[in-house]
Amino acid sequence: MRHILSVLIENEAGALSRVTGLFSARGYNIDSLTVQTTEDTTMSRMTIVTHGSEDVIEQITKQLNKLVEVVKVIDLNEADHIERELMLIKVRATGKERDEMKRMADIFRGRIIDVTEKAYTVELTGTGEKLDAFIKALDPAVILETVRTGASGIGRGERILKV
Amino acid sequence: MEISGAEIITRCLQEEGVEFIFGYPGGAVLSIYDAIFKQDYFKHVLVRHEQAAVHAADAYSRSSKKVGVALVTSGPGATNAITGIATAYMDSIPMVVFSGQVATDAIGLDAFQEVDMVGCSRPIVKHNFLVKDIRELAPTIKKAFHLATTGRPGPVVIDVPKDIAAQTSQFIYPASVSIRSYTPPTKGHPGQIKKAAQLLGEAKRPFIYVGGGAILSNASSEVTELVKMLNLPCTNTLMGLGALDGSDPHFLGMLGMHGTYEANMAMQYSDVIIAIGARFDDRVISSPEHFLSQAKKIVHIDIDPSSIAKRVRVDVPIVGDVKHVLIDLIGILKETGIKPQAEALADWWQQIEEWRKPQSLWYEPSDLVIKPQFVVQKLWEVTGGEAIITSDVGQHQMFAAQYYPFKRPRQWINSGGLGTMGFGLPAAMGAQLANPDAIVACITGEGSIQMNIQELSTCKQYHIPTKIINLNNRYLGMVRQWQHFFYGNRYSESYMDALPDFVKLAEAYGHVGMKIETPADVEPALREAFSDKLKDRLVFMDFITDREVNVFPMVQNGKGLSQMDLPPHMRDMQLTPFENNRDYGNLC
Repeated sequence: MRHILSVLIENEAGALSRVTGLFSARGYNIDSLTVQTTEDTTMSRMTIVTHGSEDVIEQITKQLNKLVEVVKVIDLNEADHIERELMLIKVRATGKERDEMKRMADIFRGRIIDVTEKAYTVELTGTGEKLDAFIKALDPAVILETVRTGASGIGRGERILKV
Repeated sequence: MEISGAEIITRCLQEEGVEFIFGYPGGAVLSIYDAIFKQDYFKHVLVRHEQAAVHAADAYSRSSKKVGVALVTSGPGATNAITGIATAYMDSIPMVVFSGQVATDAIGLDAFQEVDMVGCSRPIVKHNFLVKDIRELAPTIKKAFHLATTGRPGPVVIDVPKDIAAQTSQFIYPASVSIRSYTPPTKGHPGQIKKAAQLLGEAKRPFIYVGGGAILSNASSEVTELVKMLNLPCTNTLMGLGALDGSDPHFLGMLGMHGTYEANMAMQYSDVIIAIGARFDDRVISSPEHFLSQAKKIVHIDIDPSSIAKRVRVDVPIVGDVKHVLIDLIGILKETGIKPQAEALADWWQQIEEWRKPQSLWYEPSDLVIKPQFVVQKLWEVTGGEAIITSDVGQHQMFAAQYYPFKRPRQWINSGGLGTMGFGLPAAMGAQLANPDAIVACITGEGSIQMNIQELSTCKQYHIPTKIINLNNRYLGMVRQWQHFFYGNRYSESYMDALPDFVKLAEAYGHVGMKIETPADVEPALREAFSDKLKDRLVFMDFITDREVNVFPMVQNGKGLSQMDLPPHMRDMQLTPFENNRDYGNLC
């Protein structure tokens, strides 16, 4: 089953490699990982998307908690949560394709953030499924380049992850 | 006044009460060695290989309850230390290892003798640091000692660049450490401890299973009290030996792959298991499916939550320091008067005695050839069971564990988790330095001892009078045993065809060497080695043993605890089947 873990971690050199090293050393998978400092610059927050049985996720959570830099870990799947991913996708846009690409971006509430004679770059946020759907809706031949961030997740409502 | 980073290190070690530091100098740590030369707070022990430095520091810690400290240079010095660090990590030994590093402006440039020690050691340390600012050096050392010794102990590496050791700064050693993200538990959850007590009250076939965590937590007296108070059968893992006196009638012997028949059967058929600082390792329960095929409730006490429910489902997890949890559990049991059901417990003991009767550790004695078990038994007699025993890894290690009933914790020093050959001799050095008045014996094999035999030189330099018991069967014994069982007696590369003359070798290093070839000579030789005459000498005893002896009982990989390969004398016996028996086991 897919799980989305939020990890508060000390903002220290090497902390990220400890987390990724933990996954690789113990044979777990990272589907995606995003990380940036929080409003408290001494701390970073990671969103790790992974999958596995309940036992595996329990072990991952325990092992993450065991890392000295890790302040807190929660499994966002345990309650309602919101997740967003950012994609920048560069598509060929010439002739009739230009209008078509503009319409597609509008339908998916994307924004065209760079325009050249032959290409648009579209910024799109949403769940991974939505971004997948956008890619699927396009003719593969028009896609020049894609870059995605992986999910960032946060609990709904009052549920917060804070020290 | 400002002092150098190197002097800061020595001052920090003084603050931490360090007595010994084990190490080997090199370019990147020469400033530190210079500072060591100028101080007399602690002694430096020069080993002959960095792996041995870490093993010696490790055993120093295991036998003394203090922190082991090692110092190695950058590059090859650091990588040579890796096996020792991994050994300590697997057995949760509190240790601080200083590694030299190239200067900060050379890091990442593939400089001479540069290696990313933080990266190399990351998977095998509790934590590690690269010090890039001289002002952080003392606080980092304080943190390292704190991390190494609290919670689940473990090795911590501090990588010190050469220029940091040479720079100067004010020496301010923090009085305490506060790490926001690190708050290891001590007390167990009271509700969970009550549940454990209730389960014991409902138990008909209770069993206590004690691992190395009980020793690290200094909980031997609590284990003993719990076992005796409720009249419970108890087993110790390889790492837990000594947590309960090996001669106590409640003790069923070690369990697991080479555990006794009674311990393995009791573990398999018990209905309530109290696991104390033990982690259901694959060498202990082999197959989790088979182990759990018998309905049983498991209480698991461990300071590390990730050790709980890792391999088996657990009914009552208790996260906390074993000693604290046991004190609370014993308190509740006394307060409430909860006890296992008396009649059922009596039946359980009767069954256990049935399992004990065949004496699964019995072996065929011989007047012609020395049995390795016989040597260990005689060693126990001659030393009055008082020796601190270190071992290497292999058949001799299992014979030591099976035939030397350890009386107390920290008397048995061995590499349980990693299974490191070459551990025994440096470990004996560390244990002897920590316990100068104790009898220390290293039980080894001709394969293992050669992996760090150069330390005979260190022993000479520091007058370390350990006794080496070399069980020499001219094979890598455990490898040969597995090749016998699983590879059709094809002894691929397990035969030691060019052994040195160990007596001459010992003498070349300035020690006493003995070669013992007949059973009649075993005891006299041991008595001589442990006599007052040789009290201050290292004695290398080369026992030429039976080549083909196997370690029994044996649980093969993937099989259940009750499916032991039993020793020859038990194979045709009519053993009383256990009433709950579903698969009585392989009696070969």
